[in-house]
Amino acid sequence: MSTSVFTRLHLRDRIRDRDTAVYSILLILALVFPMASIYATDGTALVSQATRAGTFVLLAIGLNVVVGFAGLLDLGYAAFYAIGAYSYALFASTQLASSPAHHAFHLPFWLMLFVALFVAAAAGAVLGFPTLRLRGDYLAIVTLGFGEIVPQLFYNFDQWTGGINAVGGIDQPTLPAWIQGPWSGDGPFQVVRNFNFGGDPVAFYVLICILIAAAIILVNNLYRSRLGRAWMAIREDEVAAAAMGINTVTTKLLAFGIGASFSGFAGAFYGANVSLVSPDSFLFIVSITVLVMVVLGGMGNISGVIIGALVLYYVVYYLIPGLPENVRSLANSIGLSSETTRSLADATQHLNYIIYGGILVAMMLLRPQGLLPSRVREQELKHAAVQEEEAAVEMEHAT
Amino acid sequence: MSLPDFGFYVLCATAIVLLAAQAVIHPGEFVQVFIFGLTQGSIYALVALGYTMVYGIIELINFAHGDVFTLGAYVGSAILGFFAISEGGFTTVNLIALLLVFPAVMLVMGGINVAIERVAYRPLRNAPRLAPLITAIGMSFFLEGVMFLWHGPATVHFPDILPKAATTVAGVFFGFKDVFVVVVAAILVALLAIFINRTKLGKAMRATAQDRDAAQLMGIDINRTIAATFFIGALLAGAGGMIWGLYYNTVYYQLGFRSGLIAFTAAVFGGIGNIPGAALGGLIIGLIAAFSDSYIGSKWTQVVVFGILIGVLVFRPTGLLGMRVPEK
Amino acid sequence: MSEQPAPADNILELTDLTKRFGGLVAVDNVSLNIKRGEVFALIGPNGAGKTTLFNNVTGLFQPTSGRVVFDGRDITGSKPHQVARRGIARTFQNIRLFDYMTCLDNVRVGRHVRMKATVFDSLFKLPRERREEERVTEEAMEFLRFVGIAKHADQYARNLAYGQQRRLEIARALATDPKLLLLDEPAAGFTPQEKVELMKLVKKILGRGITVFLIEHDMKVVMGISERIVVLDHGEKIAEGSPDEVRKDVRVIEAYLGKSA
Repeated sequence: MSTSVFTRLHLRDRIRDRDTAVYSILLILALVFPMASIYATDGTALVSQATRAGTFVLLAIGLNVVVGFAGLLDLGYAAFYAIGAYSYALFASTQLASSPAHHAFHLPFWLMLFVALFVAAAAGAVLGFPTLRLRGDYLAIVTLGFGEIVPQLFYNFDQWTGGINAVGGIDQPTLPAWIQGPWSGDGPFQVVRNFNFGGDPVAFYVLICILIAAAIILVNNLYRSRLGRAWMAIREDEVAAAAMGINTVTTKLLAFGIGASFSGFAGAFYGANVSLVSPDSFLFIVSITVLVMVVLGGMGNISGVIIGALVLYYVVYYLIPGLPENVRSLANSIGLSSETTRSLADATQHLNYIIYGGILVAMMLLRPQGLLPSRVREQELKHAAVQEEEAAVEMEHAT
Repeated sequence: MSLPDFGFYVLCATAIVLLAAQAVIHPGEFVQVFIFGLTQGSIYALVALGYTMVYGIIELINFAHGDVFTLGAYVGSAILGFFAISEGGFTTVNLIALLLVFPAVMLVMGGINVAIERVAYRPLRNAPRLAPLITAIGMSFFLEGVMFLWHGPATVHFPDILPKAATTVAGVFFGFKDVFVVVVAAILVALLAIFINRTKLGKAMRATAQDRDAAQLMGIDINRTIAATFFIGALLAGAGGMIWGLYYNTVYYQLGFRSGLIAFTAAVFGGIGNIPGAALGGLIIGLIAAFSDSYIGSKWTQVVVFGILIGVLVFRPTGLLGMRVPEK
Repeated sequence: MSEQPAPADNILELTDLTKRFGGLVAVDNVSLNIKRGEVFALIGPNGAGKTTLFNNVTGLFQPTSGRVVFDGRDITGSKPHQVARRGIARTFQNIRLFDYMTCLDNVRVGRHVRMKATVFDSLFKLPRERREEERVTEEAMEFLRFVGIAKHADQYARNLAYGQQRRLEIARALATDPKLLLLDEPAAGFTPQEKVELMKLVKKILGRGITVFLIEHDMKVVMGISERIVVLDHGEKIAEGSPDEVRKDVRVIEAYLGKSA
C-alpha cells in the first residue's frame, strides 16, 4: 500500500532532481571558479568578488527561513548583519582601546563567529518577542524601523564604535599550525597552497564556500523536519496551525531568531573579510537587496534563493557599476569620438538607479514567482486554472 | 486596562510631562520649535495620506510614494522656471505662477502615479504578496534615478517666491511661510475629507477598502477605484512636494526615501488605513521630530521616530485612531 | 491540584459559559456536560452561536464568563495550542487546511504535538529525529488510510475534491491523538452517499475511544449518530436530550420554524 503511494511521489522527486542538478552545478562552479578566474585574469580580484557574493548567499539563505518558510516579512535584515559585524569588529581590533573601556580585545575569529551568531539571534528574539504576535505587515514595519535604528545607533555611539570613522584594522582569522602541517606552506613537502587569511583572498573564498555548504545542509534539515512543517503551517493558516497544537509565537520566534543568527554569522565573516566595518554598510538598501534575492530566486526554495543571490549580486555589484566602462569600450570600438564616448559613459553612470529599478520591476512582472520557485509558489499561480479544470471534471461526473 | 494600553498611556504621559516642563522653563523656544514641528508635520501629513490610502485599499506599502513627493518638487521647480518670477520678494507674477503651477504639479504627479500603478502594480494584483512590494521598491529606485539623471546628486534649488513677511511676538518668530504651509495643508486635508465622505467615488473607495470582492459585486469598478486612490494620493504628495520646495527652497533626489519612511511612520502611528489618523499622525510625528531635533539632538531623531514606531506597534498595534480589529 | 476532579464519566463540562462581543451576546450562559465515549450534537439555526461556542472551548476566543472543564482540568482561557495539547482537536466550518502542503504533511503537522524532536535534533538530523520522522510518516499514512484518502498522500490539500478535504481535515485532527473531537458541520455540502460514509467514519472514530462533539445542520445525520443533542438559539440553550425528545420539543420547533408555525 504505502509503496504504491511513494512511487507516486513523482512530482516531489522531480523537484528533488532539479535541486540535485542545481547543487551539483554550483559545486563544480565553486571548485573551478578560483582557478579559472586566477588563470584568466592573472589576479584574485574576481575571487574576492565571489567571496562577497558568497556573503550575500549566506544572508539570503538565512532570510529565506524567515520570509520563505515562515512567511514573515523582514525589512530590516541588515540590522542583524550589522550586529554580527560589529560584534566581531569591536572585539577583534584595537577599537575598544580608545573607547571608555580602554582595553583592546583580540578574541579569536572562530569563537566570535559563534558569539556573533548568538548575539544576533538574541537581538532577533528581543525584537521578535513583543512583535511577533502582531499581524504580518506590522512585523514588516517593525523590522523596517529596527533596520533604520541599528546603523544609526552604531553611528551615534561613536565613543565606542568610532561612528562615521568606522572600525578598521580588524583581525584576520588564523589557523592553528597543525592544520597547516608539513604538506603545505613553503617547506619541501608542499602539496597544497598555504592557507593564509592575511594576504590570500582564496582562503576566504574557501571558508565562505564551506560555510554556505554547511548552511544549505542545516537549513535543508530544518525544512524537512517537525519545525519546518510548523513554519509552513503557520504561513498557510495561523489559526489552523494553533488548533493543531503549534505554539505560533515560539515557532515564529524560532524562524526569526534562526534567520537573525545567519545574518549575524555572515556579519562576522564580512567584518573579518573586508577588515573594515562602517554603519553605512548596513543601510536599508542591503536589507532590500537580500529580500529581492530571496523573492527573485523563488521564495522557500533554497537552491533557487542561492541562484537569485548570485544573479542579483552580479547585476548590482558587477554589471551595473561596470556599465560605463563597457559602454566606453564599445563606443571606442565602433569608432565614436572621444567626446561622445565620454558623455555616453557618463550618462550610463547616471542611469544606475534607473537600471536597477527597471530590472526589479521587469523581473517581478515577468516572473512574479521567482527564477526557481518552490513547488508551492508555482502552484499558487497555476491554481486558478487547475481549479477551473477540476470544477469542469466534477460537473461531468455529476451529470 | 490591559498592559499594552497601560504602557502606551505611561509613555504618552511621560512625553507630555517632559515637554510641559520645557514649555514652562523656556516658553519662547518651545513655541518656536512647536511652530516648526507643525509646518514639518503638515507636509508629513500630506505624504502620509497617500501611504495610508493605498495601504487601505490594496494593502501595499507603496515605497515609491516618497519619491513621487520629491518628484513633485522637481517638477514644480522646473515649471516655475518658465515664469518671470522674482525671488526674494513677492510680485503679481509670483502669485499667478503659484496659482497656476501648484495645481499643475498636483495633476502631473497624479497622472504619473496612475501610470505607475498601471504598469507596476495592477498586473501583480493576484501575484504572491511580495511581488508588488518589490516592484514598489523598484519604482522607488527608478524615480530616484530619473531625478538623479535630471539634476545629478547635488541639491537642487527651488525658487523662493513666497512673501518674506514675518512678525515677532514675544520673541517668537512667525513667518508667512509657516502660515502658508499649515493653511494649505489644512485646506487639502479638508477637501479630501469632503471628497471621501460625500462623493460617490469616495464612497466606492471606502467600500473597496472594506471588502474588495463585495464592492465588485455591488457594481464598483475596482480598477478605476484603485487608480483613483493612487491619483488622489499623488495629488496630495505633489502638493506636499511643492510646499516643501516653497518652504525650504532646496530638494535633492533622495529626499523621498527618508521623509517617505517618516511619513509612513506617521501613517502607522495614526492607524494605517485610517485617513484622519494619517493627518493627525503626520502632525504628531512632525512635532516629535522637531522636539527631538532641538531637545535631544538631530542625530537621535531617527532613532526616536523609529523607536516610537516600534513602541506604538507593540503597545497599540492599531495606531492612535485605528479600530481594534478582531483577528479571525 | 486545587482543581476538583470531575466525575470520571464527563469529558467536557461547560458551566455558565458566556461570550459577548460588545453588546452582542453570542453565547448566553450555556451549561452542558459531554459524557466520555458518546456522540454529542449541537444544533440550532444559523447565527445561534454554535461555532462561537466551539471557539470558546478551543481557546480561539476567551469566554466572557463561565468555566470550561476538560477531562477534569479547568482549561478556561487556555491558548489554542495548549487546548490541542490537552487533547481537544477540531475541524472548521469553512475547511481550513494547509492548502499548499501535501496531504501527508497536513497530517504530519497534526502529529506535531506528539513529537519530541527539538530544534537541535532537526538541525543535525540526529538518529532519534530520523527514527521519529519515519515513524510519524508511517502513522500519518495510517490516518490517511483510516479516512480513506491514502492514495492522495502526495497531493496538495488544495487539489483534493471537497469531500476529500473534509476527510483530510478529520485525519489531521485525529493525528493530534485527541480525547475529544470537535466537528464543525462535517456533512455540509455532502451528497447523501457521502453523508452515509461520514456517519460510518464517525462510528469508526468512536471505536477508537474518542468522544465526538459535533455541530450539524443535517437532521438525518444528527438524528442518526448522536446520542444526545443540545439546541442553541440566540446563544441560549433551549433544549437538551435524546434525538426523540428534542424532535418533539415545542421550543425547538418554534426556533426552527418561527412562532407562527
